[in-house]
Amino acid sequence: MSLLSVRNLGKAYRRYDAEWQRVANWFGASHSPCQEHWTLRNIDFELNPGESLGIVGRNGAGKSTLLKIITGIVAPSEGQIELRSPNPSDTQKGRIAAILELGMGFDLELTGRQNALHTAELMGFERAHVQAALPEIAAFADIGSYFDQPLRTYSTGMQARVAFAAVTAFRPDLLIVDEALSVGDAHFQAKCYERIAAFRAQGTSLILVTHAMSDVIVHCDRALLLRDGRLVGDDTPAHITNLYFDDLFGHSCPVTAAPAVDPQPEGASTHSDFDTADARERFHTRPGYRKEEHRWGEGGAVILDYRIRAAEVEYPACIESGTMTEFAFRVQFERACASVVPGLLIKTLDGVFVYGANSLVVRSGRTGGPIAVGTGARRVFRFRLPLALNGGDYLISFGISAGDQTETLIPLERRYDAVIVHVSRALPFWGLADLDATLEVDGASAA
Amino acid sequence: MQPLVSARRYLENAGISNLLTSAWRFRHYIGGAILNTFRARLARSRLGAVWMILNPLALVAIYALVLSVFLAGRLPGLEGRFSFAIYLTAGIFAWTLFCDLLTRGVTLFIDHANLIKKVAFPRISLLLTVVGVALIDNLMLLLAVILIFGVLGHWPDAHILWLPLLVALNLGIGLGLGLLLGVLNVFIRDIGQVVPVVLQFTFWLTPIVYAHEMLPPAAQTLTAFNPLVPLITSYQDVMVFARAPQPLALLELTLLAILLLALAQMLFRRASPEMVDAL
Repeated sequence: MSLLSVRNLGKAYRRYDAEWQRVANWFGASHSPCQEHWTLRNIDFELNPGESLGIVGRNGAGKSTLLKIITGIVAPSEGQIELRSPNPSDTQKGRIAAILELGMGFDLELTGRQNALHTAELMGFERAHVQAALPEIAAFADIGSYFDQPLRTYSTGMQARVAFAAVTAFRPDLLIVDEALSVGDAHFQAKCYERIAAFRAQGTSLILVTHAMSDVIVHCDRALLLRDGRLVGDDTPAHITNLYFDDLFGHSCPVTAAPAVDPQPEGASTHSDFDTADARERFHTRPGYRKEEHRWGEGGAVILDYRIRAAEVEYPACIESGTMTEFAFRVQFERACASVVPGLLIKTLDGVFVYGANSLVVRSGRTGGPIAVGTGARRVFRFRLPLALNGGDYLISFGISAGDQTETLIPLERRYDAVIVHVSRALPFWGLADLDATLEVDGASAA
Repeated sequence: MQPLVSARRYLENAGISNLLTSAWRFRHYIGGAILNTFRARLARSRLGAVWMILNPLALVAIYALVLSVFLAGRLPGLEGRFSFAIYLTAGIFAWTLFCDLLTRGVTLFIDHANLIKKVAFPRISLLLTVVGVALIDNLMLLLAVILIFGVLGHWPDAHILWLPLLVALNLGIGLGLGLLLGVLNVFIRDIGQVVPVVLQFTFWLTPIVYAHEMLPPAAQTLTAFNPLVPLITSYQDVMVFARAPQPLALLELTLLAILLLALAQMLFRRASPEMVDAL
């Protein structure tokens, strides 16, 4: 039997011409609101004990409202919601712990210990009960003697540690986490997820709202996708994150205009070869395309289209770290050139160059001298590399230049930060590049 | 399989309504919140808790000293050099609790908007925290008042045993009105602006710095509609004139307190589901 049932849930925010009409309605009047905005509608799902559910969606999709309704902060306007006991013989309802924001109700003048105690009391626990758990809270927060100093002397990370330790001091039946762990460092996050995993092993269900798709893939058994307040997907995390990326960066919408003159049948595009025959500009229609790209150059060539392929999947929403990945792009040349140089650049979201290469640098896989093109020629360039990166989002730039030396290249067209790709990695490491370390241990163990 | 509960019922189970049971369940939080209010207020001050009595003491001492020098013995029916100071102090003591509860009640939900929007807990505990803090403050003020009265040679007699009842009535009226306006203020924010102004008016329409008999007859009929008049005069009866309060005044006050509390409680219940939406 499920722990949580949500049936046909909806939330409307109502506005009135005058607020006294709202007040009068509480006492039996029936003024109709002048404006009614549904932030959630027709939400149905079940959550089983021990199950871990991710909720994704763009900003304003209704994720937070849904969490607040489940938590009991916001009243739903229609529908039903039920929290059962995880133990069928027990009549006591399940207990929810929600972390919608870390450090709610903290007072900067009080010590970490006093705040931790107060936070747990705010969740309805008895003082003696909390006091018995304080040593354990202090141990988890792991901030040493700071625990008895006023909170105003803390760093943000230290506050987050105390807050998380206090909120999760007692195992709930349902833990709700809304983007809250992003304030801490990676170490802290790992520790939090460790505790969450331990809870889950004991039967706690988890609802996780995050924009980090890797977290959904790693920590969730199932995911929901919300779009404009509607539930549009309830499926495996891998499938839902793909749909989410479609929401975020636009669909791989097939170009419908003038398909008759196009020699390539549109429907076959997922299996068709990416070759020089296609003359249409399709770059901006591909999944992962960013319209915020920086497109520049001297002119003389146009990058028409690109394709990313990893593990037989075209335009993968998520690339498993280390997978051999092909970055191909098609260029239309407007004038002849004795030597053109295609290039590829990978950056992190905050702009760190991870890797860049061009045909002058890449030696293997291609023989022969300069790449010469004639007027009106079309070429497809394919870079292949194992994407041995840490989990996260990366920006891809494509470029085509003229020249034969890296120092004197003339950029014909460059499309910087034009594509976003997501790399997932089950076992993260520190940093960006997987340098593939091995480990040997010398000396036999004492036993 | 258990039957599904309606959304409204779920909310009540989550502890938003069901005032008394949820307040009892959160008694440790409320106690902690009252304690923490004083801890935070006194943090980083060298004298710490001494300020809790020193502040009201200074306030009352100023009234007593200044007024006994400048406005000595102008009150009808009262003898002695310090009579006016004593009269005024009693009125101020009553007024402070009412004013405190009302002003804190009006901004209660708005001040804690962030907490209300992010944590599921019974909102009544915020109100009870305010009550606790106001009562402790009031007790400190009372200690200061008695101390000053003693210095002025006006030790209160057994009639002071009426005070707990008067404080309870004052609490009921201030709390009821404060909660009523506090709920409305979430939706109609002008209330928060109007209340301080009205309070100022009410202060001068209440016999605190003057005696009721000093007013011209026309003004006396006006103040007859001021529900605070019986409250303040009862305090003065007990603390200044050493006599029992008028039974009629007590009856009026009791009815008023019950009415206001019932109304506030009803409004609070009905407004609860929409309150978070408007914060």
